[in-house]
Amino acid sequence: MAYITGKDLQLGYDGRIIASELNFKAEKGDYLCIVGENGAGKSTLVKTLLGLQAAMGGEILMGDGLLPYEIGYLPQQSEIQRDFPATVWEIVLSGCLAKCGRSPFFKREEKALARKRLEELGMWQFHRECYRKLSGGQQQRVLLARALCAATRIVLLDEPVSGLDPKAAADFYYLLHDLNQQGMTIIMVSHDIQALQYATHVLHISGSTSFYGSKKEYMESDKRGLFQYGMEGKDE
Amino acid sequence: MNNAMEKIVLYLEYPFVRYALIVGVFIALCSSLLGVTLVMKRLSFIGDGLSHVAFGAMAVATVLKLVSPTILVMPVTIIVAVFLFSIGRNTKIKGDALIAMFSTGALALGYLILNLFSTSANLSGDVCSTLFGSTSILTLSIGEVRLCILMSIGVVLFYCLFYHRIFAVTFDEDFTRAIGKNVKLYQMMIAVITAVIIVLAMNLAGSLLISALIIFPALSAMRIVKSYKAVVICAACFSVVSAFIGIAGAILFSTPVGSTIVAINIVVFLFCAGMGKLCMR
Repeated sequence: MAYITGKDLQLGYDGRIIASELNFKAEKGDYLCIVGENGAGKSTLVKTLLGLQAAMGGEILMGDGLLPYEIGYLPQQSEIQRDFPATVWEIVLSGCLAKCGRSPFFKREEKALARKRLEELGMWQFHRECYRKLSGGQQQRVLLARALCAATRIVLLDEPVSGLDPKAAADFYYLLHDLNQQGMTIIMVSHDIQALQYATHVLHISGSTSFYGSKKEYMESDKRGLFQYGMEGKDE
Repeated sequence: MNNAMEKIVLYLEYPFVRYALIVGVFIALCSSLLGVTLVMKRLSFIGDGLSHVAFGAMAVATVLKLVSPTILVMPVTIIVAVFLFSIGRNTKIKGDALIAMFSTGALALGYLILNLFSTSANLSGDVCSTLFGSTSILTLSIGEVRLCILMSIGVVLFYCLFYHRIFAVTFDEDFTRAIGKNVKLYQMMIAVITAVIIVLAMNLAGSLLISALIIFPALSAMRIVKSYKAVVICAACFSVVSAFIGIAGAILFSTPVGSTIVAINIVVFLFCAGMGKLCMR
């Protein structure tokens, strides 16, 4: 069974359905890219997957021993975070909060985990640095390390490269690819066609005619053309 | 200088001066703690709004001739705080407008009630002392001193125990919610603590100046240090030192206590801002 299965999912808010008949799954080792135009319901899907919002219909099934709250989440950066006075260490450690239950303080294992994650992402040398002084790409790595502290099997990223320059974006995609190769399941929301580069599966949300399939199927389907057309239309 | 020292030593013999210094330092410590959270969450105005609500409640308490107005003021302020925090974003009237409504509304009604029902001979003096604190810190009874100290210790303990959770909620609500933490509950707690601090600090600075005690130390600290922990510790130190110097200065030069403390906070802020600019280069 897959980690996450979406069955006839309907998404929306304020009683209005914006996307329906979503069927998809994320299995171990998958790299699922969620694409769609602005307002198609990508962010709503993210919130629903995280359990922050209820689905309007259908269901999300968790399998393979994945518990709710075991999804590492990398949210879109907010205005608040950009000038928040905190060190890299403090932020990454806060990802371990999921593991410390009712204890008010962090234990040794949690600190060791935070350190390991930072080392894996090549950010340990910055752990005493102030978050707001880092470059955009480094900030995303910090948030990724935090997400990885909360989860070990699956990470969910919401537009992780928006605001990064092309080089930093490419580096970040490569980093995700690397994680994926090590067996981490990755679900990424993006409206950047570059994001598809390393994906294994694609979920294209658009109203009631959404597409889910492998990347190969997606490339051959007419959906891709629609998506590109949509993007071009927006650029004008 | 010698003269001033002698004067302080002389004044310290009076219990009310000692009470004022002790209570002032405790209140200053508490009020600085949540500063970072309120500033970063763009909630600085909540403190201001709540303090006006506290003024309104204080007016009612005065008219009712309650011996200890805190009994009424504290619950009212806490309820409004919880309401303002929980209403949040998804309402027809947006958060900031709602706060403005509450703050000005409570101020107006409070003054109106005082005017209509007060039997006091010196009405404007009463209003002024509630708004600006003036000398109320020097007239605390031993019971109020104990209450203030107990409440302050409670706030500090709470803050230490929930330090990491408050950090997580302040830095990133969505992430904290996604890892299964009860964000609503923590926000509620922050709201309640804010209200408690404001009611406590009314003694020190009066309802118009409380926000300054909450946000100035945090803003000063944020100019010169870079980690969250350092900001919190630094803000607490600034706040305590400013309060101590402010109260001592107010007694020495017979200036109003609240405004003197805030003036010192402003000096500290300007100093930190200058230091921050210098260090950036």
